[in-house]
Amino acid sequence: MRLQNNKNIDQTKKISFFFDGKKYYGYEGDTLASALLYNGVHLIGRSFKYHRPRGIISAGCEEPNGIVQLELNEFTEPNRRATEVILYQGLIAKSQNRWPSVKFDFGAINDLLAPFFPAGFYYKTFMWPPKFWKTYEHFIRHAAGLGNSPKKDDPHKYEHYHYHCDTLIVGSGISGLYAAKIAATQNLKVLLIEQENQIGGSILSSNNYDNKINGKSQSEWKAKILDELNKLNNVKIVTNTILFAYMHYNYLLAIQDLQPNKGTDKKNLIRQVVWKIRAKKVILATGSIERPLTFNNNDRPGIMLANSVSKYLNGYGINLGKKIVIFTNNDSAYQTAIDFHYRNINIVAVVDVRNNLEGELPLKVKNLGIKIYTSSIILDTSGRNKIKSVHIKKINQNNVKILNCDLLCMSGGWSPTVHLFTQSRGKLRFREEDSCFVPHQTFQDTLSIGSCNGVFDLKSILNETFNSVNNFLNTNEKESLNGEIFDSEVTNTGKQKNAWLVDKENISKSKMFVDFQNDVTAKDIKIALSEGFQSIEHVKRYTTNGMATDQGKTSNVNALGIISELSGKDISSLGTTTFRLPYTPVTFGALAGRFVKEFFDIERTTPIHSWHINNNALFEDVGQWKRPWYYPINNEKMDDAVNREVKATRDSLGILDASTLGKIDLKGRDVSEFLNRVYTNAWSKLAIGKCRYGVMLGDDGMVIDDGVTTRLGEHHYLMTTTTGNAASVMSKLEDWLQTEWPELEVYLTSVTEQFGTISLNGPNSRKIVESLFPDQNFNNENFPHMSFKELNTDGVPCRVMRISFTGEICYEINIPSSYTLSLWNKCISLGESYNITPYGTEAMHVLRAEKGYIIVGQETDGSVTPIDLDMNWIVSKKKYDFIGKRALTRSDTAKEDRKQLVGILTVDPSIVLEEGAHLVEVETSIPMPMVGHITSSYYSPNLGRSIALGLVKNGIKKKGTKLIVPTNNKSIEVEITSPVFIDPENERLLA
Amino acid sequence: MIKSPKKYSVFSLVKNAFSYHENWQPAWKNPEIKKEYEAIIVGGGGHGLTTAFYLAKNHGVKNIAVVEKGWIGGGNTGRNTTIIRSNYLWDQSAAIYDHALKLWEGMSQELNYNVMFSQRGVMNVAHNLHDVRELKRRWHANRLNGVDCEWLDTKEVKKFCPVINTSPNIRYPVMGATLQRRAGTARHDAVAWGYARGADSMGVDIIQNCEVTGININNGNVTGIETTRGTINSKKIGVVSAGHSSVIAKMAGIKLPLESRPLQALVSEPVKPVIDTVVMSNTIHAYVSQSDKGELVIGAGTDGYNSYSQRGGFNIVEDTIMAIVELFPLFSRMKMLRHWGGIVDICPDASPIISKTHINGLYFNCGWGTGGFKATPGSGWVFAHTIANDQPHALNAPFSINRFSSGELVDEHGAAAVAH
Amino acid sequence: MLLINCPYCGEREQEEFSCGGEAHIERPKNPPDLNDDQWADYLFLRQNIKGLQYERWNHSFGCRQWFNVARNTATDEILAVYKMGEKPPVVESNDPITPCGEPAIGSGNFSTSKKS
Repeated sequence: MRLQNNKNIDQTKKISFFFDGKKYYGYEGDTLASALLYNGVHLIGRSFKYHRPRGIISAGCEEPNGIVQLELNEFTEPNRRATEVILYQGLIAKSQNRWPSVKFDFGAINDLLAPFFPAGFYYKTFMWPPKFWKTYEHFIRHAAGLGNSPKKDDPHKYEHYHYHCDTLIVGSGISGLYAAKIAATQNLKVLLIEQENQIGGSILSSNNYDNKINGKSQSEWKAKILDELNKLNNVKIVTNTILFAYMHYNYLLAIQDLQPNKGTDKKNLIRQVVWKIRAKKVILATGSIERPLTFNNNDRPGIMLANSVSKYLNGYGINLGKKIVIFTNNDSAYQTAIDFHYRNINIVAVVDVRNNLEGELPLKVKNLGIKIYTSSIILDTSGRNKIKSVHIKKINQNNVKILNCDLLCMSGGWSPTVHLFTQSRGKLRFREEDSCFVPHQTFQDTLSIGSCNGVFDLKSILNETFNSVNNFLNTNEKESLNGEIFDSEVTNTGKQKNAWLVDKENISKSKMFVDFQNDVTAKDIKIALSEGFQSIEHVKRYTTNGMATDQGKTSNVNALGIISELSGKDISSLGTTTFRLPYTPVTFGALAGRFVKEFFDIERTTPIHSWHINNNALFEDVGQWKRPWYYPINNEKMDDAVNREVKATRDSLGILDASTLGKIDLKGRDVSEFLNRVYTNAWSKLAIGKCRYGVMLGDDGMVIDDGVTTRLGEHHYLMTTTTGNAASVMSKLEDWLQTEWPELEVYLTSVTEQFGTISLNGPNSRKIVESLFPDQNFNNENFPHMSFKELNTDGVPCRVMRISFTGEICYEINIPSSYTLSLWNKCISLGESYNITPYGTEAMHVLRAEKGYIIVGQETDGSVTPIDLDMNWIVSKKKYDFIGKRALTRSDTAKEDRKQLVGILTVDPSIVLEEGAHLVEVETSIPMPMVGHITSSYYSPNLGRSIALGLVKNGIKKKGTKLIVPTNNKSIEVEITSPVFIDPENERLLA
Repeated sequence: MIKSPKKYSVFSLVKNAFSYHENWQPAWKNPEIKKEYEAIIVGGGGHGLTTAFYLAKNHGVKNIAVVEKGWIGGGNTGRNTTIIRSNYLWDQSAAIYDHALKLWEGMSQELNYNVMFSQRGVMNVAHNLHDVRELKRRWHANRLNGVDCEWLDTKEVKKFCPVINTSPNIRYPVMGATLQRRAGTARHDAVAWGYARGADSMGVDIIQNCEVTGININNGNVTGIETTRGTINSKKIGVVSAGHSSVIAKMAGIKLPLESRPLQALVSEPVKPVIDTVVMSNTIHAYVSQSDKGELVIGAGTDGYNSYSQRGGFNIVEDTIMAIVELFPLFSRMKMLRHWGGIVDICPDASPIISKTHINGLYFNCGWGTGGFKATPGSGWVFAHTIANDQPHALNAPFSINRFSSGELVDEHGAAAVAH
Repeated sequence: MLLINCPYCGEREQEEFSCGGEAHIERPKNPPDLNDDQWADYLFLRQNIKGLQYERWNHSFGCRQWFNVARNTATDEILAVYKMGEKPPVVESNDPITPCGEPAIGSGNFSTSKKS
């Protein structure tokens, strides 16, 4: 049974769970830690390096020791802190980092070998023989690591939630609740976030008799405020939610556990939500974390933080010991003695490093008749798997006294939880009198209150909260608000005494743990300092202090104190290491949210997509677009399908979905001037109804895009871009217009998705358009190559261009997206008698390569000019300037022997070269000087042989010569040719 | 070179164990600043320390100072994802990075300091036809340049790295990968410490907490530096200050083609071994390996704006985690433990500058962008040569500052996005 | 995660914007008259300031307008926004104490070791 008057536990609801295969019982309201402790299970796991037996030391997210592997199979999670896991029916947990069991662990041999594993020992050994590092490393890696990664996919889902508020309050202890009450009365939109599953913070560890507020116990006070807040619409309170990042402009991130007590019963449920919060003002009431004391063997199970022991006592109704010793350097631990007194449990002794005890808490304890050893320290402890005794002595005396005990409560003072404050870029100040870092200068609209601001006694907390919150929120009617009144007798606290190292002389021979999880001792810090690692960052990295899964919440300040004592430097001159986000570890799945699997990246599809799927298309990813790659018929192999598509297009009629090409509508008085500036060729004389191909450069002279632009009207043009560059070209054009040439009247509109584009190719393509548009004459005179007409089919206006990317007669029809599919279907049925063949991107590549047409991004790679592409003809010599012109004459760019586009034919026509293969003049031993590479390579069914394009050094002059393509296992002889393999006279194109 | 009692070995460790480790010598001293040095290296990161080390070791320069504004190794050396590889596309890049890789292979022994260089291979994954084409281009180039590289098809990728999701039904399926087996990771801090210790043992003064505030120039010749701890004279100054290169350059009136951007990275909580290689995917921006400690080490992309604040936008982190969960769905329930940012100085062609300047005696080594760690020993080796001889080594001649005028860039952005 | 006050739309999340680098670099009107070094200066060389920087931003997932921002690159504080064509406003920024150093307030987590 639990002690009565506890705050968390519902004793009517019994819960069973498993730890290391054994069944235990707890109650609703327990954490895994409290339930284990209630069952007398103190030994929870083994430490990282020495495999020392370890037990729970705290009751919160600072816990370094009590970490477990939670659940099995797809639900498993490594390294969960037992102090944070809410107990639920059927929970399964296992201890970590031990073999075969937590009670008997072979790895514990490391504890005996510890003298040989000081800080930095890895850097000094394992170097010989050089080849053996991999073997050493294998064993090191298997010894390291804590829990196990899941092996299966995560069955749960995660969400992101955006929230805007006036005032965000982090932490629901006394100051946080009080701040929420003040903010709420101001009609502000308030969000109060609490990391635990219950509101209350330190209230949860308090007893019901001391430190009353307005005459009520803290629990009653909390209930009343909560009741008021819950009635308001402008206040939102969330629990089980940890704020883990405080970024620019009051952008904060929190993670909420939606199902802390649901366990594994449901798949597909939303497990966690990442809150993305923009707050006008942020109030941090994040509390403080008690520090351990550093003495020999201070890591045994049963040695715990004093206030956490109070929390287990008052919050969970668990008495953790029969023979209790308290070791402290400050007054707060005396409250634990008093808490036990209220439960009629006696304390063996309080060991206090201080000589003069002026505070009222020690006085009260003394009056209770509890033995207090002043000016005393604990030298050592005993007990392998649970503490059995402590060895105490007076400072400056030699007599050692042994006290038997089964629980040691320690308190090394308190560290304000300033993590979020420093993440917000606030600066800290070290306060010497109680050895803690407190907020100093804020950088954003941030207020710290309560113990995270270094205010520890209740009276001051209430006063400070009332005053500073009112000021921070600029409340008008401050006078009319009544402050909360603290009405306990105990107010005076004694001075804390620094006790970073209680037994400085014996550091080197002792195991005084500073970072419990990473097994960093005071000795390791001493070694680091003596080896020249003076900066706090160097000490951290050399010893790994503060780098465990608790991120040094209990160890960082102690390490600073120890460095200070050993080096004689003030802590304030040492500075701190950076408090990095996240405050506590955050699930990857939650950070990814819904953006996984089918939502990882959007899929863009054309209006004809459903037809492609119904017709067996395989797809190629081009940027975010899904483009048909080829359309196999009856289990056709890819090569056969592509050859069929290519051949049908040249022989009769092919149809391509070209909707993904970027389309930019340009209007305005100055479009032709604009085109003159962004393209290399001249545009002034392009007549209405005509189309022109253009190449676009960056101002470094390199090709960035190409495409056909059509003059639709006097001041109206339609530009096409490549699929992949549509967005970047649009942005670049807008950039030039808005920032360099605001005097030009040009309006740009992206119409890529407004029109579908159907491309009819082949000698019979004219037949189809003649049927579609019977009123139009499509002969060369009326509708020549590179011209455009606005036509109607079934009453739908279409933009028809005669342009070609295959070298065949081709008509590209742009039609509003909603009509694209029906036009496509009509083309398919009209083309039946001509064996109309839909072709995909692969056939498109072959067809254009047969004609030597380039693809930007394949024949170019950001280092290729139009001159390199042998496209001198498109680079205007007359224009004074265009984007990229100046760069073409730079000393290297103007060289004549640059890599240039050529055709490449294998001497053996059956060999299809690998794209990406390189060319050499002669084969030599490695390294072999390369002169170019293959950019495109295909089998051409029309030529009955392989063809390839490539960039070859001085290639244009090398036409007719032979080069070699050395592959993995053979050398392939090739000849450099013109890149145009079919119809160099354009007879087919212009037919 | 490193002599007892400083030499590290199993024996020194055992010996020291019996004296409770109270007799270890400092790995490097805390020297008084001299008035004048033969050469000053500005920046005590990996590249700066290796430069000093090789100046002393290969070129016999006796009197060298490394001046560091904070603590050595505190910049990008201690903030990267420790990936080491040399499988670069262009000949010039492959040459310098492979030279660095060879130095990595002997580093622990050369320094008598275990930098834990772990050749567990680097896989660059292809997710579409464009990736396949570009990675194969790199593979063939590497092969002919003598840089070890293999092509793996999807099945081989799965075999080499069983935890990667090779289902054909994911948004961007794995279509193959290149594998460089000699590539891998190292313990980043140890690289700085090992070179510092090595340099110190050859008499190099390592001066920490000393910020450069000015560069003294007389008649086109550099004469020394102003620092927060006074003037230090030298006729040769090598600047290796990564993210802050432009700030130092400004002191000499030089403008560089650099932008300093945030680059973020993170680690997971430590777990038992689960991934035994380095996986890189440029297309979906996922870079992951597992450290000896068991943490998954994950690199994110750069933010799109200049910043010296050592932090970036959280959206970049989210994008990276999405890609990791996409490629490794089993990591979904693992947790981000620690996140950090660095400042990377990026050149327009994503290649470094290791160059003389128009001021005699002033040299810059910068612009390593997101990829400097892997080059650490090679960078220092060629920069030492450049400073000692007042002319570049053949390996760094292509990385001159003049290439931005001539147009002879070494464009490692790879190809632009596919466009057809 | 910055919060940027678009001069056309108001305060919006950084994710809606893209940065175009240093502002007030005008494309030369006379490219043929420039030598290679001068062209490189326009094309590639940047001040890359630590401290107050004037830079271009585009509201790319919004009104798609370009505008200028004065931002402290050492702290990421946005000090002013102004439209294209307007003169850069004079603003007070919390610049680094020394050229490479940290600002008096706002960057990193230095505690009391830095005087302020």
